[in-house]
Amino acid sequence: MCGIVGLFLKSPELEPQLGALMTPMLAEMTDRGPDSAGFAIYRSGPAKPTLSCLGPDGFDWSTAVEALKSQTGATVALRTVKDHGLIETTGDLRTARRFLIETFPDITVLGAGDAIEVYKGIGDPAQVAIDFDLAGKTGTHGIAHTRMATESAVTISGSHPFSTGMDTCLVHNGSLSNHNLLRAMLEAKGETLQTENDSEVAAAFLAWRMREGDTLTAALELALKKLDGFFTFTIGTRDGFAVLRDPIACKPAVMAETDDWVAMSSEFRAIAQLPGVDNARIWEPEPGKVYSWGRTAQRAAA
Amino acid sequence: MTLTIQNTALDLSETSVRDANAALQGAASGDFRLLNPGGKHALACGLQTPMTVSIEGHAGYYCAGMNKTAEVTVTGNAGTGVAENIMSGVVRVKGDASQSVAATGHGGLVVIEGNASARCGISMKGVDIVVGGNVGHMSAFMAQAGNLVVLGDAGEDLGDSIYEARLFVRGKVARLGTDCVKKDMRPEYLAFLANILAKAGMDAKPEEFTRYGSARTLYHFKIDNAGAY
Repeated sequence: MCGIVGLFLKSPELEPQLGALMTPMLAEMTDRGPDSAGFAIYRSGPAKPTLSCLGPDGFDWSTAVEALKSQTGATVALRTVKDHGLIETTGDLRTARRFLIETFPDITVLGAGDAIEVYKGIGDPAQVAIDFDLAGKTGTHGIAHTRMATESAVTISGSHPFSTGMDTCLVHNGSLSNHNLLRAMLEAKGETLQTENDSEVAAAFLAWRMREGDTLTAALELALKKLDGFFTFTIGTRDGFAVLRDPIACKPAVMAETDDWVAMSSEFRAIAQLPGVDNARIWEPEPGKVYSWGRTAQRAAA
Repeated sequence: MTLTIQNTALDLSETSVRDANAALQGAASGDFRLLNPGGKHALACGLQTPMTVSIEGHAGYYCAGMNKTAEVTVTGNAGTGVAENIMSGVVRVKGDASQSVAATGHGGLVVIEGNASARCGISMKGVDIVVGGNVGHMSAFMAQAGNLVVLGDAGEDLGDSIYEARLFVRGKVARLGTDCVKKDMRPEYLAFLANILAKAGMDAKPEEFTRYGSARTLYHFKIDNAGAY
């Protein structure tokens, strides 16, 4: 069992409150996943290419920064939060991600992109939210996960969200059975994976398809055919947000939408405290159907 | 000691679910309102006396489970397993219900005014279920007794591995499950539908429904398969 929450803001006025709105959502899902938690936030404003990285205790982040500088010749800046290093660079992010993964086996690149920041921690989800100041984060949308480990160890690297592509990340409730075969295929296609986790394979599958030019919706429709297993996914991209359940639909999901936001969660109680929820349209996403929202489409429609 | 309490409101933003359920289970009768349910689980479970309970908002999992004689209404939506193992009484959801409505229900009436998702009436053992909208896939899976009445459409594999139980669908059935077949609509079924639709407060004509049930081909071992052993 795991807990998922996602919040996509349609109203720019709510952007300063994104993290404050998501914090109680994440905490409410603690019962479903007390082992570890993680969240991804999409910042608003201009692009700020950033790699969100996790290192072992006492890791000297300056060695990674200096190595990246001399390798790429790009400007590199660093800020650290607990065991996370957020590395901003003017160089190509995909190249930088691969370089860091290959050169520093001890660090994990949790996410990379112009808008995304990813944070993960072991233990009480509410504490993870405090440790990384989720309540203080601003942005356009975010997704979060509380994990109850079933098939692999309680480690930070097994925590969600997973991200291999730029500004793309995924949280997963369920399990996949054909992930080893898919991992080999995706690595041959040029995706760099960092764990043995099945959910990372799902993230990499979508990253690969979107790198090949698929829309998020098209990538998810192909995922329905190619991923074998149980899943409720919530996916974030730079401008988009999507939810997909497998056709058997054993894993729960609830969605709610108002003029100001779209929310998803494993259970309604995580949505219950959002502003305006009493007038929200609330529904259970149908099995095997892609639900997606896009900021560009949103703007075009407005 | 049992109490008789009239028109009591229990506010779940102040009272724990455990305390609220204890108050309901300890009452001999009465009319109760549960305020601010906020999607909490196991609300109004195990009620065994003839009382009314109005849950004013959205309920979480297993709401009104094991109900006996009480009348429980959810004014919003209900999560997984509403009225699971209901014995008697009435459970009504004014919004939508998630999967496994009235799972293993033995008796009583469950009314979902909106849609019910997958596995509605799974392993039902005598309960009557009326759904105003659609039901999801694998509804009435392994159904043993009782009636499932659907005013909308039914998802794939309706009545898969059904033993008995009667299924009535007004709309389309995406696909019938193994050993579930269309059956003749006879006068006694039209009379039954008229009665239960009235009880459920649903406006629909009995003759618009199609009846489905068990082909009974899974009841006995097929001698043709003896060679497999």
